[in-house]
Amino acid sequence: MNLCVLSGKGGTGKTTVSVNLSLLLGYNYIDCDVEEPNGFIFLKPENVMGEDVRIDYPVIDKAKCTLCRKCAEACLFNALVTTKSSVMVFEKLCHACGACAVVCGADAVSYAQRKVGRIEQGISRGIAVKRGVQDVGEYMGVPVIRQLLSRLPEGNNILDCPPGTSCNVVNTIAFADRALIVTEPTAFGLHDMELAVRLLRSRNIPFGVVVNKHSADNTLIQDYCKENRIRLIGTVSYSKEAAVAYSTGRMLTELPLYKKEFEAIALKIGEVR
Amino acid sequence: MKIGISSTGNTMESALDPRFGRCAYFVIHDTDAGRNEFIENAARSASGGAGIAAAQQMIDSDVGAVITGNMGPNAFDVMKNAGIKVYRCADADIETALKLYSDQKLALIDSAGPAHAGMGQGGH
Repeated sequence: MNLCVLSGKGGTGKTTVSVNLSLLLGYNYIDCDVEEPNGFIFLKPENVMGEDVRIDYPVIDKAKCTLCRKCAEACLFNALVTTKSSVMVFEKLCHACGACAVVCGADAVSYAQRKVGRIEQGISRGIAVKRGVQDVGEYMGVPVIRQLLSRLPEGNNILDCPPGTSCNVVNTIAFADRALIVTEPTAFGLHDMELAVRLLRSRNIPFGVVVNKHSADNTLIQDYCKENRIRLIGTVSYSKEAAVAYSTGRMLTELPLYKKEFEAIALKIGEVR
Repeated sequence: MKIGISSTGNTMESALDPRFGRCAYFVIHDTDAGRNEFIENAARSASGGAGIAAAQQMIDSDVGAVITGNMGPNAFDVMKNAGIKVYRCADADIETALKLYSDQKLALIDSAGPAHAGMGQGGH
């Protein structure tokens, strides 16, 4: 079973909730936020092994190319330009769709590979801990996410999603059986959470909500969940103590109040179905 | 020779658009015939590579020079490869920009500006 943790808004506590629940539930932890994965900071895995992520990009054979422009016209991602003397390839924009080779009538397009990221996997307290890391300067996270999720460890996995509802998130939740939305009780938190709700409903993925940075006098998210018949799974309290622990890479479950809150959330995860 | 100018509108009174890849229109001015043609910038709302696609339109329009505000690294590479000269012009309408060009008062852009400058909302 794959449980994905997403938020809509960034900085609401996806990784905080994911790493603490992973250890409590004994689920493997998969960091899919390939632009800035930070789960390893908390789980500190050992015996980390890695592999490269490589994708295709077109190479134009100048001797065969007739400068007909078909490849540049076919490219939906503006990765090719035909000048009067050559075809220029902007490999970082290439999505490796293969259209340029299909339309080329002169058999001038072949493909080479280049590295765009890395997959790393280790072990932390009995669970597998895995992440994708997109190379600095690359635009696209999806190839890294697909390779990361194409071979998942056996058993239950928590997929710590990227923020937002972009391609990176859509490609992550394609592997999810259930979802948790982690949000915060602010107008921004609610606004972006609504986008996440719509995304999950469009994919028929059952989900529940965890309110992070919770304080008793603010029921913005609880009210929304009630109105929209969304299951509330739990709350994580707002406190300086939590912020200090987070900022030094410690698990919140080391603190008694938070251990209790996360145990309550862990018990209710089964209700998401 | 033809000159391409990034423009906010489709008249000679329109303001020059300082963005190259994401401008609304290109004015294609033919210096020999004295004619002006306005083409919509098809790359304007591209999710990526707008400068590259705009540069392809300049090549396809057979221009020998471009007048704009700034140009990113990818489009600049295409212009260099295609042998199209790029001139910088500050606030001006299209008519004035062309006058400055013919009076040789515009400077050549000889290095690319920052990437994604014309996207707004902080790039991506």
